[in-house]
Amino acid sequence: MNPDPVAQIFAEEWPRLVAVLVRDLGDLALAEDAAQDAFVEAARRWGPGSTPDRPGAWLLTTARRKALDGLRRQRRFDERLPRLAAQLSPEPAVDHVDEADPRQLGDAQLALVFGCCHPSLAPDAQVALTLRHVCGLSTAQIARAFLVPEATMAKRLVRAKHKITAARVPFSVPEPEHRRDRLDAVLGVIYLVFTEGHTASDSARLIRGDLCDEARWLASLMTALLPTNPRSGSALLAFTDARRATRADDHGDLVLLEDQDRSRWDRAAIDLGHRQLERASIEQRTGPTNPGCDRRRSCLGPGLE
Amino acid sequence: MKYLILLYAAPDARPVPGTPESAAEHQAWMTYTMDMIQAGVHRGGDALHGIETATTIREVGGSLASTDGPFAETKETLGGYYLIDVPDLDTALEWAGRAPIVKYGAAEVRPLMVFDDIPSTAGA
Repeated sequence: MNPDPVAQIFAEEWPRLVAVLVRDLGDLALAEDAAQDAFVEAARRWGPGSTPDRPGAWLLTTARRKALDGLRRQRRFDERLPRLAAQLSPEPAVDHVDEADPRQLGDAQLALVFGCCHPSLAPDAQVALTLRHVCGLSTAQIARAFLVPEATMAKRLVRAKHKITAARVPFSVPEPEHRRDRLDAVLGVIYLVFTEGHTASDSARLIRGDLCDEARWLASLMTALLPTNPRSGSALLAFTDARRATRADDHGDLVLLEDQDRSRWDRAAIDLGHRQLERASIEQRTGPTNPGCDRRRSCLGPGLE
Repeated sequence: MKYLILLYAAPDARPVPGTPESAAEHQAWMTYTMDMIQAGVHRGGDALHGIETATTIREVGGSLASTDGPFAETKETLGGYYLIDVPDLDTALEWAGRAPIVKYGAAEVRPLMVFDDIPSTAGA
């Protein structure tokens, strides 16, 4: 049994919380501070058996109040304050909690991905920001994954976040006419994360599965949220990753394709890849190349996940 | 949110004055500037004389010393700037990308710092 309910909930709720708060506040640094404050509050109040029914909603409400307090304290009476205040109930009841509706949550997550992968940021910063804020990995985990000292990774993140704040890098889903270019940057980040996991530059281990998992999760997020999207890329990740368990022997040495035990390939991943390829080819015929499709989600029909 | 668009190019990359290309370029800058004004984002902007007219000054050993020439000797030099006021970096980059200079030089976009205690005259 895990004695710390906050730690358990943290992993699941942190990325979603940050995504919604970035949308509320229009500021990554403020969003992160508010999310952190909410978890500190949770750590103080929650104990074994005293976790709220909907911890995500509780955290969101608490984080919004913390952000509002913070902005008031700093006398930052700018355009954010009324926007945020409007989202809180005027008479905050003790048990009142905000629920982020799934569609809004999806849009917020998508906006966060596009912001972290903004072309004005260096590619290594895009990767680090995405893993930190979209996937919720800690700075230490990202540093380990890319074999740099934690201080180096922390510095990279701080520098990138300073630019985001100072230059006001927007965290929004780009307009359809810019979406293709911007999507390329996002796919580049997913590809980098996957490649790093698939053939780890750490020579001691051939495969770093955790990074493959993050890349595939990101790809599935993009597939689920974007009306026209690169399913074929997502399929490629699934096919490649299906062989993960068989690509290295017990000593971590490479096993060539013809020598791999095919019965141990991940059947579910292969099936998923096939389904996505099929759908990609249908979409190609029915016209995701038609730019109007971007604005009409319905053009893909009810099969859209 | 204010941004400075700094315009850089190699001095010999610009169209030669007096040619039709030069006249067309001048027209392009006019249109660009007018578009900015009409969009309500223009807060200032000027072209600069060449680096051969620059003087750089700094304090050395307690007294001021001036030298002939620009601060940094680079192939591409600062030739002008625009000051714009737009909502975010994407909008600033869009304006910068429309500057005629990007065809033969580059435009650098820098956000302006805001201080509570230092008055700014930047497009106030």
